Amino acid sequence: MQDGAVLEMRGICKYFPGVRALQDVDFTLRRGEIHALMGENGAGKSTLIKVLTGVYPKDGGEVRIEGVEGPAVIRSPQDAQNAGISTVYQEITLCPNLTVAENMYIGRTKGTVTNWKTMNSGADKILKSLGIPAGPRQQLGSCSIAVQQMVAIARAVDMECKVLILDEPTSSLDEQEVQKLFGLMRDLRAKGVGIIFVTHFLEQVYEVCDRITVLRDGQLVGEYVIEDLPRVKLVSKMLGKELDDMADIKGESGGEAVSQEGDPVLEARELCSSAGIKPFDFTIRKGEVNGFTGLLGSGRSECVRAIFGADHVTGGTVRMDGREVKIKKPIDAMKCGIGYLPEDRKGDGIVGDLSVRENIILALQVMKGFFRPFSRAQAEAFADEYIKLLEIKTASADTPIKSLSGGNQQKCILARWLLTDPKYLILDEPTRGIDIGTKIEIQKLVLKLAAEGKSVTFISSEIDEMLRTCSRLIVMRDRKAVGELGGEDLTQTKIMETIAGGDEQ
Amino acid sequence: MTPVKIPEPQVKQPKESLFKRLTRQQLFIPVAALILLVLFNLIADPSFFAVSIKENSLGNPVLSGNIISVLDNASELVILAIGMTLVTASSGGQDISVGATMAIAGSVILRMVCGGQVTADTMQMNLLLAVLIGVVVTALFGAFNGILVAYFKIQPMVATLIMYTAGRSIAAWINNNQLPIINDIGFKYAGTFLPGIPVPTPIFITIFVVLVFWLVLKFTNLGLYTQSVGINANSSRLNGLNPQVVKLLTYVILGVCVAVAGFIRVSRSGSINYSRIAENIEMDAILAVALGGNALSGGKFNIYGSILGAYVIQFLTTTLYKYDVPSTALPAYKAVVVILLVVLSAPVVREKLARMRKAPAKAAKEVS
Repeated sequence: MQDGAVLEMRGICKYFPGVRALQDVDFTLRRGEIHALMGENGAGKSTLIKVLTGVYPKDGGEVRIEGVEGPAVIRSPQDAQNAGISTVYQEITLCPNLTVAENMYIGRTKGTVTNWKTMNSGADKILKSLGIPAGPRQQLGSCSIAVQQMVAIARAVDMECKVLILDEPTSSLDEQEVQKLFGLMRDLRAKGVGIIFVTHFLEQVYEVCDRITVLRDGQLVGEYVIEDLPRVKLVSKMLGKELDDMADIKGESGGEAVSQEGDPVLEARELCSSAGIKPFDFTIRKGEVNGFTGLLGSGRSECVRAIFGADHVTGGTVRMDGREVKIKKPIDAMKCGIGYLPEDRKGDGIVGDLSVRENIILALQVMKGFFRPFSRAQAEAFADEYIKLLEIKTASADTPIKSLSGGNQQKCILARWLLTDPKYLILDEPTRGIDIGTKIEIQKLVLKLAAEGKSVTFISSEIDEMLRTCSRLIVMRDRKAVGELGGEDLTQTKIMETIAGGDEQ
Repeated sequence: MTPVKIPEPQVKQPKESLFKRLTRQQLFIPVAALILLVLFNLIADPSFFAVSIKENSLGNPVLSGNIISVLDNASELVILAIGMTLVTASSGGQDISVGATMAIAGSVILRMVCGGQVTADTMQMNLLLAVLIGVVVTALFGAFNGILVAYFKIQPMVATLIMYTAGRSIAAWINNNQLPIINDIGFKYAGTFLPGIPVPTPIFITIFVVLVFWLVLKFTNLGLYTQSVGINANSSRLNGLNPQVVKLLTYVILGVCVAVAGFIRVSRSGSINYSRIAENIEMDAILAVALGGNALSGGKFNIYGSILGAYVIQFLTTTLYKYDVPSTALPAYKAVVVILLVVLSAPVVREKLARMRKAPAKAAKEVS
């Protein structure tokens, strides 16, 4: 083993049916460093992590861990934990129906009797020291996603690990929480813990990491010290090509996709829903891209869910093309020509065990009706068309969608709604947790749709992404629409100010 | 920016052995079990498969033999297994009240054809109408279960426990606790033989039911909807489906299946024993679904797997009877076989088996 290394992986190989997920990948983690693992969707980051933590058996190569003679044998997550490797996954893998403390101690209590008192007080101490706003006796499911994520990290930290793996830990955290997490990561680094940090946020990598390992298509591209690798180079290494200036995409796809004149496609007045948002007004014109912005939990998702009828609508009127319509449930909205890509891809988007083909045709099929199924040939034609159009990487249209990488799953959901040919498409966080290449593809697609005369509402927690695509932003704060920005007001600072609410006094 | 063109990586796939490809098939376990049972009987006593023509009690020449008896006696189970598969797929749980509601169906039909008398020599009502009433009644009971599961979100096994407990009493109450007997031969056609036809009628009814479901699955979206709802109800709702209605629908469909199965059962004897009729059949029906390789937690299903599973169970029962296993000991023998089958079909075991086959192959290569 190299000097100072806590973990060495050599020549790791992993095959899935039809896919070469990892081929001959090396990875070295040193004591007291934060090491970014970067790559596009399907590059093999998650697979490498899962091999390391014993979720998947590896097909070749060896893993060495500091303090263990010879190759380490890791056959299960339990083995990994015992070897000092703790993981916090992108999707929360805790039990929502247990309490916070139970979640932190599950699977690690010794003996058969649980001392609830010590467990709760121990959990409380850790939560307090990390500044996590949750009580040990609180049911985990009642916490926000961000807090749940932090509990998962608290659990990992408390396990006295040598290696801490953070797989996309920041994708559901807001800026403050991210900073808190980074503080925590730096503390752990100072204590000599090696941290593997998997993320899609370039800024975060450059803010907190020491080293970067880049993977592409299951192969190692290289390991770099952060100072030696400027952003542009990193991106081009991940994509395997030189990257055009990302800021240019708006100009490139046919100028400002702004149309202030077009007729309103959808007008909502005093709309409110059971999800607890204050009544809001909303208008979108033909060929317009607008967005909702605001901090996590500000109600931006709840607004679009109310428009689509995903939550119980409790008041207000909606007009489509000037005619009043009643949208009580999603099918009503779909019949009006509205499509909705939900925020929670795993929970609300994909139907995991169904094939890519079935997932793509689902919405259109439901609209067509129970007694009129598409023929197999027709369904295959639809699926093949969109797999090609959106460049969905899948072994075949029959592959279960759950075995695809996150970005490709998202593309399938996009395909599902494009297939219904909606007049108005709502995209709630379509780019969360997916790689830069796909992000740009999706942004370009949005602008292309607008140019074709469709209206799109685009929600993203990355403000620069919204600035690049939207011509108008509705700012949400505390479940209330507090401002609307367009034209010259559409700048990062102005948005920040509105979100913070500085100009109200 | 032009889309990235990455040359398709040459996926190096180890060539899979025929064995491995076969074992991955969903229908592998029920088919293998069937083959094993056939082989066992062939070796132990080939006369098991003998089919002869005998005279039945009415003096008509009819086919007789163990195989015929398997196909005949499996009928109710096959029909129930179809409905149970749909319920399992949509709601991720099972209906344990099917035996009890079969008693209700039988009781209703008997009451109709006997016209409320204890014994009737001729049918007092058009048979088709009586069966239709039975279908409506059990469909309503199915709807009752379905509403509890879909709208009140009660776990299927708990929700159907109500009818499991109450069903046989309700069946007895329908006939004022009498045991009606119908002697009209016309009533027994469905459970025994049609005049002039040597093949038991239940076999035809089963073929008809399977055919109907084949058509329904082909010409409607029942399959897609139930699977989608069973896998991810949230997502299904956001795609315009109403998960509650879909779940309810599957329970009503199972109710209809129950009526058909109940009709066959009372039609065999022309009478009913409320506490014994179709006893424990719910467990066999659930087992058939599991044997067919369907996840009892719902989602994707293969209806033909369940049908095959039902025949395997009946084949096993008949084989055990043939070797004079006393009926009281039957469940124990069945349990042993079932444990073997279910354990073998568990994904964990199948993966282990696949690995065990891979290891010696590798070792052999290294030696050479």
